[in-house]
Amino acid sequence: MNGFDDSVLTLLVVLPFAAALALILWSGEGDQLRPMKWFSAGVALSTTALVVWILLRFDYTDGPQYQFISETDWLDQLGIGFDLGVDGIAVAMLALTAIAFPAAILIGWNVDARSKDYLILLNLLVGGVYGTFISLDLFFLFFFYEISVLPMYLLISFWGSSTSFPRFTRSKEYSAMKLVLFLVGGSVLIWVSIIAMFVQADLNSFSLIDMQSVGFDESFQKWVFPLLMVGFGLLGGLWPLHTWSPDGHVAAPTSVSMLHAGVLMKLGAFGIIRVGIQTMPEGAEAWAPLLLGMGAVNVIYGSIAAMSQTDLKYVIGYSSVSHMGYVFLGLASLHTLGVTGAVLQMFSHGIMTALMFTLAGAIYGSSHTRDIGMLSGLAKVMPVGAFFFAVAGFASLGLPGFSGFVAELLVFLGLFQTYPWVGALAVIGAGITAVYMLRLLAKVYFGETDRRWESLPDLKLNEKLVAGTLALILLVVGLAPFFLIDVIREGVRHIPAVTG
Amino acid sequence: MNVNFSLLAPEYVLVGVAFAVLAVDLMLPRRHRFHLSWLAAGGLVLSAAVAMVLRWDTVETLYGGLFIADKFSLFFFVFLTVLTAVIVLISNDYVRQHIRQPGEFYALMVFAAVGMIGMAAAGELLTAYVALELLSFSLYVLVAFRREDARGNEAGVKYIVLGAFSSAILLYGISMVWGATGTTYYDGISEHLALNAGNLDSTLILGLALIIAGLGFKVAAAPFHMWAPDTYQGAPTPITAFLAVASKAAAFALILRLFTQALMPALEEWQVLVAVLAVATMVIGNLVAIVQSNIKRMLAYSSVGQVGFLLVGIAALGHIEGGAVIPVALASDAVMLHMVGYAFANLAAFTVVIAVSNHIGTDELSGYSGLVKRSPYLSLVMAVALFSLAGLPFFVGFLTKFYLFTAAAEAGLLWLAGIAMAASVVSLYYYLMVVKRMFIDDVAESDDTPLAIAIPRLSWMLLAGLLIGTVLLGLYPQPLADAVTAASGAILPGA
Repeated sequence: MNGFDDSVLTLLVVLPFAAALALILWSGEGDQLRPMKWFSAGVALSTTALVVWILLRFDYTDGPQYQFISETDWLDQLGIGFDLGVDGIAVAMLALTAIAFPAAILIGWNVDARSKDYLILLNLLVGGVYGTFISLDLFFLFFFYEISVLPMYLLISFWGSSTSFPRFTRSKEYSAMKLVLFLVGGSVLIWVSIIAMFVQADLNSFSLIDMQSVGFDESFQKWVFPLLMVGFGLLGGLWPLHTWSPDGHVAAPTSVSMLHAGVLMKLGAFGIIRVGIQTMPEGAEAWAPLLLGMGAVNVIYGSIAAMSQTDLKYVIGYSSVSHMGYVFLGLASLHTLGVTGAVLQMFSHGIMTALMFTLAGAIYGSSHTRDIGMLSGLAKVMPVGAFFFAVAGFASLGLPGFSGFVAELLVFLGLFQTYPWVGALAVIGAGITAVYMLRLLAKVYFGETDRRWESLPDLKLNEKLVAGTLALILLVVGLAPFFLIDVIREGVRHIPAVTG
Repeated sequence: MNVNFSLLAPEYVLVGVAFAVLAVDLMLPRRHRFHLSWLAAGGLVLSAAVAMVLRWDTVETLYGGLFIADKFSLFFFVFLTVLTAVIVLISNDYVRQHIRQPGEFYALMVFAAVGMIGMAAAGELLTAYVALELLSFSLYVLVAFRREDARGNEAGVKYIVLGAFSSAILLYGISMVWGATGTTYYDGISEHLALNAGNLDSTLILGLALIIAGLGFKVAAAPFHMWAPDTYQGAPTPITAFLAVASKAAAFALILRLFTQALMPALEEWQVLVAVLAVATMVIGNLVAIVQSNIKRMLAYSSVGQVGFLLVGIAALGHIEGGAVIPVALASDAVMLHMVGYAFANLAAFTVVIAVSNHIGTDELSGYSGLVKRSPYLSLVMAVALFSLAGLPFFVGFLTKFYLFTAAAEAGLLWLAGIAMAASVVSLYYYLMVVKRMFIDDVAESDDTPLAIAIPRLSWMLLAGLLIGTVLLGLYPQPLADAVTAASGAILPGA
């Protein structure tokens, strides 16, 4: 390893925070905002470049579990170190973040009100996300996890939009506060678990590698694992604690929805693997059936709920809940195929949902409505948008050729090894997804074009660029998933709890 | 008996400074008197420097153990004098606008600092009591300083009546402890408790309970917190900051030394009591803060909540393993760390409150709507301060809470840590509501004061210092943690 490999992760996590600080100190208004946008885009693309470097240099054939390790002592009294490192799972998640971050900055180009503050918060959020994925110390993992959740409050409550239902209005402030309190409430469970692990391990260390090798008592594992599962699962949209998620996604402005549904929810599932399954194999085994049951409800309930929504973004929001269900199912299988599929699904859903929110944002931005009842026949006026929405929809319902298919197939294969009947249940979920996705596509884009929408513009240049890239990635990963699967499996094979 | 009077040189400096402030006050023309703050602050910092030079490696007792000079005393000497100096400077603009007798005002603050230092250094109950009274008497006057203001009077009366009441309880407790053990020295009490572990006299236990209750009044722990909101609201804002930060830090210094050096062997008797107080204080403080509409009252309840967190650390000072009491050094570290972090964040918040109320003339929360349009700088500092109080990362509050709750778990009080975390989620709610007001809401239409808030240069710099401290200690805590560890090593030998 050369010098750059040792510092690439530090650079990756410091860059967005440094950018946020630079923006805070950068005074300027009006015309001076444009350079700030270019600056943020530059930062986002630089992180992408760093991640590409990591992808290229990651040893995914027969390497050690964690690579690119850098360790710095931080607080001796508690044995906290600023330890960074990635395994295959983290690398896949970094790739997802490195795609979604510049995409979100590009889509956020349209934000005019207080766009400097907007960019600061986006940078903070993404810095937290990168940090969580690469931390090998529980203190810092938790530190970054909290950072990635909190900017959401301001992002939603200032730049978001409220939704009117026939009988009530769901205000953006309400959705923002609900989201934050749910997630911070969940983090209490994580926090309790982390310090319980610290005391139980008795090594005066918060290092994840130490925790993995400690071998906790079975009884300890059995009471701590569910706390981690629920605490992290909450951010992943685990039923029945998912209710913050559709509200939050809908209320958020487009680029924040993209990051939130696309990347942030994955932190939850990632945490279950990293902190839960990796350190507590017996706990994971004992609680896998519950995770399985909740995941199955996620899939079915999420898709049924999506079917009955009248708001475009709520459909996507509930479809996220349903798709995250596959992730939980894959994890609960504790089988190499299933877990690999789960991580691939995290990646694939991240890209797909970012694409969908981009398109929903484009419709809302020009028509100022998301009511499916009012929208119809948009394909005539926005053919490019219709094309990309079809791509996203097909990927979502698991059509072969798109990444979603590969991911769900792996999850099912993993599940059939351990729980054949749940596999069958999940297939039904995929069927329901097909129904609501196709119906949505037919209603919004095809059919009679309403007079109101005849002058609706098609996608703007930045939206085309983002949608094209995301769709391309869905297709490439769908047709040639081997590279990504190899990377992920390199991470999965080191986890003792995962068999097969 | 060792009577090395030169050991007290830093305290002599402080008392000298207080009298110097009073004397110079007589000579200065009235309109220049608020400049006395520089003399007071300079003197406070000077005494801290003298203490560091003279007592860096000193471990000595004076008057046969009444007064202890060790790393713990030194830590609090420096912390409390610097804290007082910062508050003196913060009050500069406030005093210019609202206070007619700056000399008395600053001198009393310096006297209060002397009392606080005594509280940290006392090795005997009555010495601690006298030091506490020196602090309290200074504060009784300071709280009621705005004589023409009805709320100021109410604040003063409530504070003096309940303060005297709690002093009486404390004194009664001390007398019972003396009756049962025959001594008021910490080491003597500790010996007695260790010898009679398991079958303590009921008088002694009652005495301990009364001491805890009396101190509970002083730090505004629930259910003894009722004086705090009214007093905080009515007192001059710099004095509110003093009450919320400095006097609390001193009370916790006293509590730390008392509980580790005197009461540790009776851990079994008081641990649950303190834990229950902690729970009540956290829950009540944080829940009631939600409904406040005045920023000073909100910060009062928030500081009640913070006292609850500190009490978690006190309850975690030791744990019982195989019948023996094992001290938990992490817990006393954590109490001091949290105190320091809390001081930075809270002083920043109060400095903003002073700047805002000097401009719009009210402390109502509605005045904070759209603050970002009036002053982005003040809003940023306030947001950082509140986030740090809520225990969010980047800021020192995250680290200190993490430390504190880890210490609680280390002492086998994971359940208490869990409740504390839940309370801290509640606190996030009302802090976020203020942040929302500042950043999301618009300035009230009825507000006809000029939009932009001008910040005096001194306040601007103090705010910058507090802001940087809040962030820097959150990102690079090792030096502070080492200082704190050295201090707690002095009161927890063998831990």
